[in-house]
Amino acid sequence: MVAVWVVVGLVVLLVLWAIYAYNRLVTYRNRADEGWSQIDVQLRRRYDLIPNLVETVQGYAAHERELFEEVAQARAAAIGASGTAEQASAENAITSGLRRLLAVAENYPDLKASANFLALQEELTGTESKIAYARQYYNEQVRLLNTRIQSFPSSLIASTFHFTSRDFFDIEDAARGPVMVNLGEGGRQGDIRPTPEP
Amino acid sequence: MHEQIAANKRKTVLLFVLAIAFTGLVGFAIGYLFFQGGTAGVVIAVGLAVILSLFSYFSGDRVVLASTRAREVSAEQEPRLHNVVEGLAIAAGLPKPRVYVVPEQAPNAFATGRDPAHSSVAVTQGLLDIMNRVELEGVIGHEMSHVLDRDILIGTVVATVVGAAILLSEFFTRSWFWSGGRVGRRDGGGGDGGIVTLVLFAIGIVLLILAPLAGQLIKLSVSRNREYLADAEGVLLTRYPPGLISALEKIRDAPHAMRAANNATAHLWLDQPSRIPGEQTSAIEKLFSTHPPIQDRIDRLREM
Repeated sequence: MVAVWVVVGLVVLLVLWAIYAYNRLVTYRNRADEGWSQIDVQLRRRYDLIPNLVETVQGYAAHERELFEEVAQARAAAIGASGTAEQASAENAITSGLRRLLAVAENYPDLKASANFLALQEELTGTESKIAYARQYYNEQVRLLNTRIQSFPSSLIASTFHFTSRDFFDIEDAARGPVMVNLGEGGRQGDIRPTPEP
Repeated sequence: MHEQIAANKRKTVLLFVLAIAFTGLVGFAIGYLFFQGGTAGVVIAVGLAVILSLFSYFSGDRVVLASTRAREVSAEQEPRLHNVVEGLAIAAGLPKPRVYVVPEQAPNAFATGRDPAHSSVAVTQGLLDIMNRVELEGVIGHEMSHVLDRDILIGTVVATVVGAAILLSEFFTRSWFWSGGRVGRRDGGGGDGGIVTLVLFAIGIVLLILAPLAGQLIKLSVSRNREYLADAEGVLLTRYPPGLISALEKIRDAPHAMRAANNATAHLWLDQPSRIPGEQTSAIEKLFSTHPPIQDRIDRLREM
């Protein structure tokens, strides 16, 4: 009789642990999803800012047409991109195009002084750093999720319920500094879009 | 970090219990001495203390913000500040706090609220004027870790409870002072009046000494190490220690003193508001300060 109760007790404990481990995995997965959607929100925000910026710079520096077209094309390519590698290269083209656009603006004192341009520059810098922060948060959550999925004994639950490890959202240059922030950093070089959970 | 959050919640509950018990005791003393029965006094005092506690939990942030004359700013008015706050909220995985500016020339900042969903970050106008973007990110990163660790809840509750204690002790001592002559006349008529005067006087003196001292001790236990911790965690969010270092150096060298320096809210600020620029702090001052010396904080960040 005692043995039966001991077995029952052990089974109950095991089930409780399994529920706990499963719920932790779900929490980490949701946080990673949340981080991913935040990156998406900020990238979209950047797409929205580009036409405004190009239009403003065009008013003062109409002959830089080549650069405007390049940025517009990169934007269209990023929005229409299918597949991770394609989008990653398009986002990088946007980043480098925007950097050059802001560098060009340095040559036009009237443009640099215009309230509209200053507001756009602030928005763009803000968005670039939000992309960086969103990526930082996402990577941290992915690290926690992957550790849970791979380490024993939670790995048993993870494999039973098909939790899969995710890839980090990598960039070319992890260094952050005043110059980087002022010109804006970002992009998604080398990014492998994580496969969505089934 | 989860231990920090749990410890802060425990401390807040303990603080409420102590404040309610202390008020109940005072209520009992008053009821027993003046109305020949302590029960009613206890009920009234505990009732008042519970109301005060609920009030400080739900509205403490508004009281603190109002006492510093902070005004809420929109994203159109302060785009840079809003962008930085939103960026660091994303980095910490928290909802974006409300953003306030305090009309004050000394560079400083604080965070308040009862939880991350009801949090506010306030910076002084002086801070906005002299900090560049990375320095501002350093400062907001520090404040965001206070939000993340729930330091803001206990800090805000302490501010309102200490504020109320200061108010009460002043009320008692002043009412004793002003009623001195009247009670003195009654003293001539009967023996009871003399005891009443003495008791009122004693309560006033005890409260006068105890309230600010207790407040000071609570603030000390809440604050100092939090600041080092928030510096470290803030830098973990921004991934850029030189930003906060340079911000702290600017605060250290700023020529302004805070005008709205106030005992009840001192512990909430990024740096102690009562610190006079350029003045060396004595050993006694160090013992009673709510914040570690700013140079120590800079040195610790440099070592990271």
